[in-house]
Amino acid sequence: MNLLLSAFIIFVGGSFLSLGLVKYPRVLRVVGPGSVVIGSVLGIQPVLSSLILGTCDFLQMPWQIPMGSMSIGIDPLSAIFAIAILFVSPLAAVFGAGYLKSFEDTHDLGKSWFFFNLLVASMLLVVLARNALLFLIAWEVMSLASFFLVVFEHERDSVRRAGWIYFIATHIGTAFLLVMFLLLGRHAGSLEFSTFFNCGLSSHLVSVVFVFAVIGFGTKAGFMPFHVWLPEAHPAAPSHVSALMSGVMIKTGIYGLLRTLTFLGCPPAWWGWTIIIIGVVSGICGVLFALAQHDIKRLLAYHSVENIGIIALGLGVGLLGVSHGNAVVAFLGFAGGLLHVVNHAVFKSLLFLGAGSVLHSAGTREIDHLGGLIKKMPLTATAFLIGSAAICGLPPLNGFVSEFFIYVGAFEGMSRDGLSSGAAIGGILAITALALIGGLAVACFTKAFGIVFLGEPRSKHCEHAHESCMSMRIPMVLLSLACVAMGLWGFFAFGVMSNVTSVLTSGLTFDPATCGLITPYQDVLLSVTLFALALIVVIGSLIFLRSWLMSGRIQQSAVTWDCGYLAPNSRMQYTASSFAQPITKFFRTFLQTKRYVSPPEGFFPKTASFSSETDDFYGEQVYKPTFNALESWLSRFRQIQHGQLNLYIMYIIIALVVLFVWKLR
Amino acid sequence: MDVAHYMGVPLGLCMAPLLLGIINRTKAFFAGRNGSPLFQAYYDIWKLLRKDAVYSRTTTWIFRSAPVVGLGSVMIAMILVPVAGSSLFAFTGDLIFFAYCLGLMRFATVIAALDTGSSFEGMGASREVHFSTLAEPALLLGLAALAKLSGSFSLTGMFGGLSGSDWLASGPAIALIAFAVFVVFLAENARIPVDDPNTHLELTMIHEVMILDYSGPDLGIVLYAAALKLWVLGALIVNILICAADLSGFSGLIVFAGGMFILAVLVGIVESIMARLSLLKVPQLLVGAGAMSVLALILVMRFTS
Repeated sequence: MNLLLSAFIIFVGGSFLSLGLVKYPRVLRVVGPGSVVIGSVLGIQPVLSSLILGTCDFLQMPWQIPMGSMSIGIDPLSAIFAIAILFVSPLAAVFGAGYLKSFEDTHDLGKSWFFFNLLVASMLLVVLARNALLFLIAWEVMSLASFFLVVFEHERDSVRRAGWIYFIATHIGTAFLLVMFLLLGRHAGSLEFSTFFNCGLSSHLVSVVFVFAVIGFGTKAGFMPFHVWLPEAHPAAPSHVSALMSGVMIKTGIYGLLRTLTFLGCPPAWWGWTIIIIGVVSGICGVLFALAQHDIKRLLAYHSVENIGIIALGLGVGLLGVSHGNAVVAFLGFAGGLLHVVNHAVFKSLLFLGAGSVLHSAGTREIDHLGGLIKKMPLTATAFLIGSAAICGLPPLNGFVSEFFIYVGAFEGMSRDGLSSGAAIGGILAITALALIGGLAVACFTKAFGIVFLGEPRSKHCEHAHESCMSMRIPMVLLSLACVAMGLWGFFAFGVMSNVTSVLTSGLTFDPATCGLITPYQDVLLSVTLFALALIVVIGSLIFLRSWLMSGRIQQSAVTWDCGYLAPNSRMQYTASSFAQPITKFFRTFLQTKRYVSPPEGFFPKTASFSSETDDFYGEQVYKPTFNALESWLSRFRQIQHGQLNLYIMYIIIALVVLFVWKLR
Repeated sequence: MDVAHYMGVPLGLCMAPLLLGIINRTKAFFAGRNGSPLFQAYYDIWKLLRKDAVYSRTTTWIFRSAPVVGLGSVMIAMILVPVAGSSLFAFTGDLIFFAYCLGLMRFATVIAALDTGSSFEGMGASREVHFSTLAEPALLLGLAALAKLSGSFSLTGMFGGLSGSDWLASGPAIALIAFAVFVVFLAENARIPVDDPNTHLELTMIHEVMILDYSGPDLGIVLYAAALKLWVLGALIVNILICAADLSGFSGLIVFAGGMFILAVLVGIVESIMARLSLLKVPQLLVGAGAMSVLALILVMRFTS
């Protein structure tokens, strides 16, 4: 605990120190990311020990704020999120040190590092807090710090607009959380988390708390339809910030939801259903919208929605298992979902850093303007390839392990009960959705990797492309290695995940970790590890065999065979849009892609053009009309806004007097 | 635990290219030709492995390593497929590993096709990912229905758990699953009615166009890996159909190999009497296969307890 506290203090100290070092960019370049690295290294030991040994620790200090107390604690559930924070943050910070160098003359980097450190500190506090007031304060600081990081390039219109959308979305979410915690606190008589469990809420109030938690935390996590801020904010933010936000920050939403679930006792079946349906919708629509994007960071942002959907599928299967009293399904579902939290943190931040590296060197995020970058940026390309294969859930990488858990859990849910109980249909839904998502993710990432890095350059942007500097390369290498290593650690993950899931089921009648039903799955995971190893060994020896076969052979090079056409140029290549076109057309009902075509006309056509654009369905069809209506209704109140200070003071006095009278009544 | 138990993988590794020969001979028979020798695929692979190679200047190490990655993953998938009721290795959920190994093979082939920068190969890659997106749910749901029927979630347990009485009790469901897996088998192996393996330079192709730039040993590896993929996916169908006989040991092995050859003849007949579907109709076929899997799943869950 002391180490975690000192990590927290170093983050906060580093943030204020960065603010003071604006005048000394060279020192700032070291101090800003340095404090994140040192703090994370300090904090990682207690987190790991809690995760592996399953220990809990708790610390309470008095605090001068009414209803608040400085209660922090760590248990395996907090630890699994904290490990993602403490692993990804320092790497994103080191990447940021290189990435921000080109902004040194034009932007205030002191503020940027101030908010970055603050964001890391507040994320850590969110997962450690054991008091609702402390949690909400940390949550708000996290939202504000990330908002200021998103609007780093605030001189651009699009960035300000994206920041604004994020700002509103996150605060609407927080409003729901405020009500939720007040409901819990009113019945428990205190805002301490420890008093919330079984605090005597009536059954429909419990349901209200659950729905508010899903909306409030789901807005942060990016559950569809509350996801609209992700595809706006992630492309606007600097890449190391998008990596941190998409890889780690949105997971605090998942954490909050799970922490709330531990207060509420045994869940009714419809909770599991709600989460599974949210998972299916977020997963499938997320990957479909990703497929239709032309902007690489926007594509990755939609992919976060998809992965949050996969996490939700796992948690939903777990919840169904709990409500049907099936320990195996509960364990496999929760374990899969939570393992995917960590896995997604690793490969999504890797992909965002890769995209940042491309943006930094080629200067554009348009996939259709890029191409052939693997020759100029071999390391970035390899890292991006590993991240792409991992996010598609392909063995032997880490994405496979967590999806495997969810598949097996869904299957167990399907086979243990008859059709009459809902768990069976839940399992089938999860399997169908995962299979479809898997196929679409392969389509999406072969497109992203293939069009950006392979083939011939499609525009002048690629001419000046170069490999990034050392501080940008090292984090990508480490994250790629983590993808491979975590693909092989399924066997070890078993013990860790049983620690974590026992926190989730601690208040219930059964505990999967101790009831012995789940031990056979330890061998299953050992087999997965062995087969992943076998895959690596077989491919490795085949590569060796091939190079032996090719030695001494004449290897000629020629132009790509284009069926006899001898003057191919780069504009003849397939583009990202044409690659995805069959699928986007197949799913056009959901996507509603707008197409702007001016076809070639006449016998000797000179000009023709085509472009397409896929707006977010919910953003355009749901939120825009709602907020427009709200604005026109609220504009009536402009009459009382005169912009004169004395009038406002009068309003305040009137409000105080009214409150006073109401209290005395 | 006898010798036959270990023979499944060697059998597949040796006999897979023979399936191509049988398919071609069947097609030749329908066309009234003599056809190429039964062992033509072996000759082709052997010849290619001894040749020099030509590479496009656009390509990188991605293009060179993709055939090997594909071959490695389909070999691992082969270990998990039971032959005559037993496989070398089985664990709960191994069918997921099986399906995702084939996914890795596809991923490698597709990015290698994009590596050439050719519009033809891009087109093939685009179609491949489109069709496999729809084929994957059909396959996994069909296997899930089988798993539900047999109560086991590993390929060996699934096929081992089925018996003649299951055919009597839920024959329609098993037949639906077998048909759905057969459609997936045709689509994934680029056979008619989804793809035409004979045309090499037409815009209609999927798999053949993706490997257009390969030559020499790499092309040999690609051909061999494709033959193995034909074998492993075909083995699923044959296992579904012969599980009723409940054979094991060498007699099981022989029946299994015979089943594979009959399947190859069946593919040859389909290719002889059908035209390739128009590309816009292929998704309908695959979604239809998915619907059959779902129907089978509903039948299994409703009528067995």
